[in-house]
Amino acid sequence: MPYLSLILGRVGKAVIVLLAILVFNFFLIHAAPGDPAAVMAGEAGATDEQFLEDLRERFGLDQPLPVQLWRYMGGVLTLDFGYSYRQQMPVLDLILERLPATLMLTGAAFFISLSLGILAGTLAAMRVKRPSGSLIMGLSLLFYATPLYWVAMMAVLVFSVVLDWLPAYGYATVGAGYTGLAHAGDVALHLILPAVTLGLFFMAVYTRMTRTSMLSVSQQDFVKTARAKGLAPGVIQRRHILRNALLPIITLAGLQAGQMVGGAVLTETVFAWPGIGRLMYEALMQRDYNLLLGIFFFCALLVILFNMLTDVIYRLADPRIKQSAA
Amino acid sequence: MSEPLLRIERLALSLPQGADRLYAVDNVSYTLNPGEILCVVGESGSGKSMTANAVMGLLPQGVDVAQGRALFHGQDVLTLSEIEHRELRGRRIGMIFQEPMTALNPLMRVGEQIAEVFEAHGLLTPKARRERALELLEEVRLPDPQSALRAYPFELSGGQRQRVMIAMALALEPELLIADEPTTALDVTTQAQILHLVKDLQTRRGMAVMFITHDFGVVAEIADRVCVMRMGKIVEMGQAREVLEQPQHDYTRALIEAIPGDAVPPARAAGDIKPLLSVTQLDKVYRSSGGWFQPKREVVALDGIEFALGRGETLGIVGESGSGKSTLGRCIVGLNTPDRGEIRLNDVDLRALTGNELREHRQRIQMVFQDPYASLNPRIKVGMAIAQGPIANGVPKAKAMAQARELLDTVGLDASAAERFPHEFSGGQRQRIGIARALALDPQLIVADEAVSALDVSIQAQVLALLDRLKREFELSLLFITHDLRVAAQICDRLIVMQKGRIVEHGNARQIFLSPQHAYTRELLEAIPGRQNHDEAAPATAEAV
Repeated sequence: MPYLSLILGRVGKAVIVLLAILVFNFFLIHAAPGDPAAVMAGEAGATDEQFLEDLRERFGLDQPLPVQLWRYMGGVLTLDFGYSYRQQMPVLDLILERLPATLMLTGAAFFISLSLGILAGTLAAMRVKRPSGSLIMGLSLLFYATPLYWVAMMAVLVFSVVLDWLPAYGYATVGAGYTGLAHAGDVALHLILPAVTLGLFFMAVYTRMTRTSMLSVSQQDFVKTARAKGLAPGVIQRRHILRNALLPIITLAGLQAGQMVGGAVLTETVFAWPGIGRLMYEALMQRDYNLLLGIFFFCALLVILFNMLTDVIYRLADPRIKQSAA
Repeated sequence: MSEPLLRIERLALSLPQGADRLYAVDNVSYTLNPGEILCVVGESGSGKSMTANAVMGLLPQGVDVAQGRALFHGQDVLTLSEIEHRELRGRRIGMIFQEPMTALNPLMRVGEQIAEVFEAHGLLTPKARRERALELLEEVRLPDPQSALRAYPFELSGGQRQRVMIAMALALEPELLIADEPTTALDVTTQAQILHLVKDLQTRRGMAVMFITHDFGVVAEIADRVCVMRMGKIVEMGQAREVLEQPQHDYTRALIEAIPGDAVPPARAAGDIKPLLSVTQLDKVYRSSGGWFQPKREVVALDGIEFALGRGETLGIVGESGSGKSTLGRCIVGLNTPDRGEIRLNDVDLRALTGNELREHRQRIQMVFQDPYASLNPRIKVGMAIAQGPIANGVPKAKAMAQARELLDTVGLDASAAERFPHEFSGGQRQRIGIARALALDPQLIVADEAVSALDVSIQAQVLALLDRLKREFELSLLFITHDLRVAAQICDRLIVMQKGRIVEHGNARQIFLSPQHAYTRELLEAIPGRQNHDEAAPATAEAV
């Protein structure tokens, strides 16, 4: 079975890449100015040099860097990402606690941007040179060019403050004590604004790409063949043009999917969404090295996983890849 | 005489504003009878395909019917609504196209694509559609139709894909088959098979065929009647025999002469024997590393190739696609690295050289590429494109540009062309620019890889004449790689016939044409469309060299 060895080879490469990222991140973080012990001591109101030394010794910060790295790597291999001195919790627990909220947000944004983007792009391609097509393209250009934080603030202003349709921030209504379906509905309501905000940019990108791709595919010979068969325009659009036009979209969707953990820092901060992004922001501010490294690791892991997944999906979508695989 | 199946009456199709002429097709009338093969012949831009597109309702955007009618069974199809037209397409008129490589949807299995024809017209159940698809693939004689049904287009060869296209066009037994240059992109032997298939199916089913081509060789093979078009107008029309034997119009005559249907290269004086280039024991194997789902593959492109090329000599390398002929050319120019063997130019082994020495020697070999559209950078002015080579080798810019203008003049273009971009030139003109670019480095050897294959026949003849003149003027040797034996016959002194990476025959061009020794060479020669049988004449004219 040649597939198995190939897949194993892929996974092996991924592990090496992941370890390299880990080492690189480790040195990068330690090259940054700032001393976690000083931050902690400062917050505790202590300025005593001896207290700082004690802190450093307790967390192993007095050791030479290679030793620190060695210890850290050893920990990662046993799924121990260290202890967050700031939050007084193991890093892994912290991340796993926040991960669902982030995945829910980014997953929803991914789904919204991909489905609506392809839909809008298809419509724009079918209505090229007509006002409705131009309108779609105008809107997508607007979303493409508008900064995310501004969209976020305006969305809050319009839909929460003025219209009062949707909650402005948070994950669920505080103190409402909903359970079961009511809780799910409450979360979904809170999810709408951040997810749409986060998805807008990629939706615009998908729209433009789908349209361009469909227009160029529609010039190809096999579309003329399909018309010569007497097929109805709708069938030609769907089965012949759209299917071929979606191939480049898969690549882009893979890129977006890879950012699912690390890509929502801004949105989570604006909407006070209790996810990884905000955790990362806090960890950065507090020089919480172990936590930061742990989050980076998960981001990298997800990017690599989605890269591999994209490869597989691409192969399923385009039978020609099998032949010309590099 | 019975009522014609298709009657085109005074048809004119207007081109969008800014085109080089007002009408794609100007006041054209002709008829097509049931069971008849009509060849519409013309060069690119003659408007030969436009009428067919109008009948199918597949005119490109911007091209509109300005006047006239197209009566199919007495009904004007130009006034049909889109829905009525769709009913006609596929069911009563089938169509096949030039490029089998791109005419099938790459993501759909062949069987599905054939079944779609029935689906489009709401016929049969899905199961019956698949059965019919299989029968059709059998009818067009596709090897192993069962597995072809499940194959994706990329898994089939060009000829096989064209058979699939024909199966698709014939699925609903149309009364009219429109074939738009269906064999132009195919190898000669495959072309002969497809022509035979079309003719055979036409006879068996009694269909009418409108066969659009630029090639009078094909006309001689297949046509009952011919209609010759030029610049949107019909210049000559008549029975195929009459037009081929007694063409009335100068243009028709020129087209027929441009393709000597029974070409035999003239006897040429043996060239200077002193070799310029000698190739020994050249091997090249392409290896693709296996992908996720694919084991490794090896393709032998060159297998023990040996030949010598004399100064001032033109050597033709002839073979079909996949024969390794282009790889050989690329190895000689240095674009590909052979696995083994020697390439000696002026008795220096190029493969042993590196760095500056290699650069100096490699200059002596220049290449002219097949596609005049893709081989010039669209953003670089023509003069600069020619001067770049010399500038890279240390010639001052002003001098190189002056030289470029001279070279443009030499290849028959105006010196002012230097200031224009490639897109302002026609295919033939671009190929002249490509030749000027090759000459700029003062080479001793030019490798022309299918240099005229993308050009119209009349342009082909001009470019060949130019190459022949320049060869004498600049004392060049020419390595002429082509799939087209007719072209090779016009220019080559000696020929090498390649098949699957090996040289199967090697010798004087005239001799090979008159008495081919290898079975494959004979097959190639017999496949040339419109070629008469020369077997009787061969022994008498064959001469030893």
